[in-house]
Amino acid sequence: MAQIFHRSTNTFSRITIYGAVFVLGFLTWAFATLDRSGYETRQSEPREQPVPFSHAHHVADCGIDCRYCHTSVETSNTANIPPTKTCMNCHSELYRTSPTLEPVRASYRTGESISWTRVHDLPDFVYFNHSIHVNKGVGCESCHGRVDKMPLMWQENSLQMEWCLDCHRHPEQHVRPREAVFTMGYQPKEDQETLGRRLVQEYKIQDVRALTSCSTCHR
Amino acid sequence: MSAPKKLDLPAVRALLEKAHGRDYWRSLEDLAETDAFQDLMHREFPRYASEWEDGEGRRNFIKLMGASLALAGLSACTRQPTEYINPYVRQPEELVPGRPLFFATAMPLGASSTGLLVESHEGRPTKIEGNPDHPSLGACDVYAQASVLGLYDPDRSQALAEEGEIRSWSAFLETIRQAVEAQKAKQGAGLRILTETVTSPTMADQIKGMLAAFPAARWHQWEPAMAHSAAAGARLALGQPVNTIYDLRGADVIVSLDADFLASGPGSLRYARQFASRRRVRDSQTGMNRLYVVEPMPTPTGTKADHRLPLRAADVEQFAWSLAAAVGADTGGRKGIPNAAFDKWIGAIARDLQRHRGASLVIAGEQQSPAVHALAHSMNALLGNVGKTVVYTESVEANPVDQVASIYDLVKDMDAGAVDLLLILGGNPVYDAPVELGFRDRLKKATLRVHLSLHEDETSELCHWHLPMTHYLETWSDCRAHDGTVTIMQPLIAPLYAGKSVHEVLTMLTEQPERPGYDIVKSYWSRQHTGADFEAWWRKVVHDGIMPDTALPAKTVALRQGWAASLPQPASRQGLEIIFRPDPAVFDGRFANNGWLQEFPRPITQITWDNAAFMSPATAHEKGVVTSDLVELEYRGYKMRAPVSIQPGHADGCVTVHLGYGRTRAGHVGTRIGFNAYGMRTSNALWQDFGLKATKVGSGYLLVSIQDYHALDTRRHIIEKAAIEEYRRNPNVIQESAEAPPRELTLYPGFPYDKYAWGMAIDLTACTGCGACVVACQAENNIAVVGKQEVHHGRHMHWLRVDSYYHGDIENPEIYNQPVPCMQCENAPCELVCPVQATNHSSEGLNDMIYNRCVGTRYCSNNCPYKVRRFNFFLYSDWNTPSLKLQRNPDVTVRSRGVMEKCTYCVQRINRAKIDAEKEDRKVRDGEIQTACQATCPAEAIIFGNINDPNSRVARMKAEKTNYGLLADLNTRPRTTYLAALRNPNPEIEA
Repeated sequence: MAQIFHRSTNTFSRITIYGAVFVLGFLTWAFATLDRSGYETRQSEPREQPVPFSHAHHVADCGIDCRYCHTSVETSNTANIPPTKTCMNCHSELYRTSPTLEPVRASYRTGESISWTRVHDLPDFVYFNHSIHVNKGVGCESCHGRVDKMPLMWQENSLQMEWCLDCHRHPEQHVRPREAVFTMGYQPKEDQETLGRRLVQEYKIQDVRALTSCSTCHR
Repeated sequence: MSAPKKLDLPAVRALLEKAHGRDYWRSLEDLAETDAFQDLMHREFPRYASEWEDGEGRRNFIKLMGASLALAGLSACTRQPTEYINPYVRQPEELVPGRPLFFATAMPLGASSTGLLVESHEGRPTKIEGNPDHPSLGACDVYAQASVLGLYDPDRSQALAEEGEIRSWSAFLETIRQAVEAQKAKQGAGLRILTETVTSPTMADQIKGMLAAFPAARWHQWEPAMAHSAAAGARLALGQPVNTIYDLRGADVIVSLDADFLASGPGSLRYARQFASRRRVRDSQTGMNRLYVVEPMPTPTGTKADHRLPLRAADVEQFAWSLAAAVGADTGGRKGIPNAAFDKWIGAIARDLQRHRGASLVIAGEQQSPAVHALAHSMNALLGNVGKTVVYTESVEANPVDQVASIYDLVKDMDAGAVDLLLILGGNPVYDAPVELGFRDRLKKATLRVHLSLHEDETSELCHWHLPMTHYLETWSDCRAHDGTVTIMQPLIAPLYAGKSVHEVLTMLTEQPERPGYDIVKSYWSRQHTGADFEAWWRKVVHDGIMPDTALPAKTVALRQGWAASLPQPASRQGLEIIFRPDPAVFDGRFANNGWLQEFPRPITQITWDNAAFMSPATAHEKGVVTSDLVELEYRGYKMRAPVSIQPGHADGCVTVHLGYGRTRAGHVGTRIGFNAYGMRTSNALWQDFGLKATKVGSGYLLVSIQDYHALDTRRHIIEKAAIEEYRRNPNVIQESAEAPPRELTLYPGFPYDKYAWGMAIDLTACTGCGACVVACQAENNIAVVGKQEVHHGRHMHWLRVDSYYHGDIENPEIYNQPVPCMQCENAPCELVCPVQATNHSSEGLNDMIYNRCVGTRYCSNNCPYKVRRFNFFLYSDWNTPSLKLQRNPDVTVRSRGVMEKCTYCVQRINRAKIDAEKEDRKVRDGEIQTACQATCPAEAIIFGNINDPNSRVARMKAEKTNYGLLADLNTRPRTTYLAALRNPNPEIEA
């Protein structure tokens, strides 16, 4: 019986077989890269806001403590986006006629909220609690980056689960003394590993099994 | 192949006689070992749960699955849509976003109320908890638990309507002012107000004020499910209407004459707790009260009875006469008709009562005849119980009237054309008034008819004006508890729609037509509590949820000598008896549009989404009907078609029907389901009467009872039980029969639990099976409602179910209730089989369920011996209706289609408490975490806590000798364990 395929087609079949592996490998790599990319996570993307609020100005120039606005960061799961009233504490006196601040004044006049664009958006099945992190020595900066250098807020980290787990698995590499939680540009005075281990003990940070139990974050 | 086994009553009886090995059974189908039951038992979900029935073929299904898989992959690549944050403009002082606040209020129902602490997330009430300071002792019933859904019910009426056209409040005000002005000349002779039972002091004051201004006006009251004959009974025996309050803490022997005092009626939450406190057997404390129940239809109270006797409702009266005579009470020489069923009991019960003078109690059922109430008063007086276990007070009702006479008078006046302006404030009389009054037709003779209600219902349809009412969670008002304690009701949220409260509508008839409800209530109380400290007092009263010293004082009443003389001799009645009872879920019909309550499996029957004609196996056999046949009920010429449900333990010769169904204008949920038993209910036989005919007219009605769904093999040790004597003789009796394999008997390494190990113990001796835990769980955990058809397919979503088991013969079995949440096994079969690690063991011993990882293989539920996992076969959660979104607990994920879900001991509450404790650098205190089911349980049957702490309540319970694990022989090592059901039977009767 005559051969249907010529011998030379063997090459094609080899290319196809090996090629498929490469194509699949490439697709997997491309998917993983895309999934971790800033395009997907919106990492490092300054977000438009109704009022171009500058953390750089308020934190670095004015020296306002994080907790002046984010009042519940030590007590609640949410840090709290400040009410318009908080803005008006100062801006009823400062920049009273600035057109940039008109939405703030309008909100205060009409009682309608300012609709801020959410920058750090965890999925709805993740239950993050600010207060416990702050109380256990996780600095604002560790997740939110150098807020004092952000004219418009962006998301510093990917906020993906592997990023969360990195710290939940190795808290000693990230914790800092409680008094430095709100510090921007914190540098440990000693070796982070040594300090971290001590603080994990001192702050009674839960063991890794508890920190990585699913229901710690998901419910 | 053998023919499929079907249910056949004589065969079931024969089986039961032979089946010595069978300790208990789940249903007649289980006893008969029908193929259907066997199938249900061997499967995780019923066979048809995983079948797609809407006509699409399997190929189409696979095509769609392929497409959706591909799309699921793609959707992982989409960016999250931009979200916005709308903070407060001026943040309320006490509010911390993310931390719920609790506000005290109360839910009025009939002549009582339940004290509540309502959880509010940023101004949205989301969950009802009980107020421990209130006479209801911090427990809730199903109605209170489900009422938060009632607030957000999208079918609530949202606007005023004049004959269907939307109007404004000012337009109504104009109309009503004109009508009221016209009445002034006639002193209000044409003005009628119809309300439900009123306990609100403010409302009573308003109505009385109005009656003073219009002396010829009349105030009528009608509520269909009230204790209509209790007042008549009190008048008979005591010469005056009284409010009867029980104190079960001092009662060693209790006789219930058809009284479901543990699960329904005023004070039942308090009674359930007191009752359980006298029944808790712990270690050396083995004293137990004893309960005798005679009733026609098994109730939660009946399941707790040490001796329960099914009697026709009329025979309960005979029983009461006989018992009273045997005890020696004044019966004017009357005795009940001798009855072989109970004669052998009478002497023993009478002696037991007499042995416990001052520590016994006879309770008459709300629906029983005046004579039964009078006999109970008489026996309690004779036994020296008054002042000890029974306390009499004035009525808690603002104006206790004979409501039957009241609505009768109204109908008569309407018929005579004497009613110019009729204000119906709440209630739904067109639907629920006694049928022979012809309320529907006679209502039309009132010239101007106004109806205030939550929904545009049957009555609104026939009124000129329909006014939307505010829900009690939106209202400033006040109400009284069963003992008279006043609660100021404060609103948790501003009215969602254009509603007004009953106070605000009543004030429209006065010279101050636009006073807000807050001013009306506060100004009333400022007149009661005069003094400079009023503001401080008021704030405290509103905050605490109870007004101190407002419980009604005990009243001394004497038994009328020879009271029985006016009564005729008890006579025997023949024929088939019809018994009307309020539905355990939709009550008198007012909750018909509440999906949680519709889907709530009724205690014992486990029926959802329907009412039925309940009858005993023997009566059904006599009528030639089986469950889900249709019968035509004929009574006094009224006819009605009803599905049959055979209820083991039901009395022979009577049929129980539940009110509250067959609504024609309830809303999307409750319209046109079940049959309307009000269509046969007449004013001189509100609760029971003879003369019923039942004829089979069809079969195959889809009556959905989940009793056999998620069935466990009843040949196993599922219910452990013992008589208290047996336990006293040998405290190890429970553990001897249990089969707990050694801990080493597993290939898998154990888990270390260093800090916390959460566990739960459920006391089957205390559990009444009322089901409040089921609805509490649904509210807390955002559990979806699926609908009748889906429940029929076995796709209901309740994480916690209350199983009923029967022990003994089918005529009068003992009934056991067993709440079954996830067991949180230490050797969890579910965890091992999940291919995507969506269910994992937590470091504290929970079987975590991670919804976002679940791909829906359902292997876990297939491997769960307890059948506690629930699968979202479709998108059951309503993701679209705006008002329902407000209800959701923000701490719990709202699940989507294709996801498995289950109980995790309210892990959101555990996490909150743990985080709070860690911030304060301490351990979680015992009792700091209460699961939703535990918090609401009236009987305190559910205890949750850290079993690593040997002093915790749960660890101490688990150390009891009555503790056992469900199906422990499988070596799953369940974290949820049970305390065996103990009973305290009277040796005289047992012998």
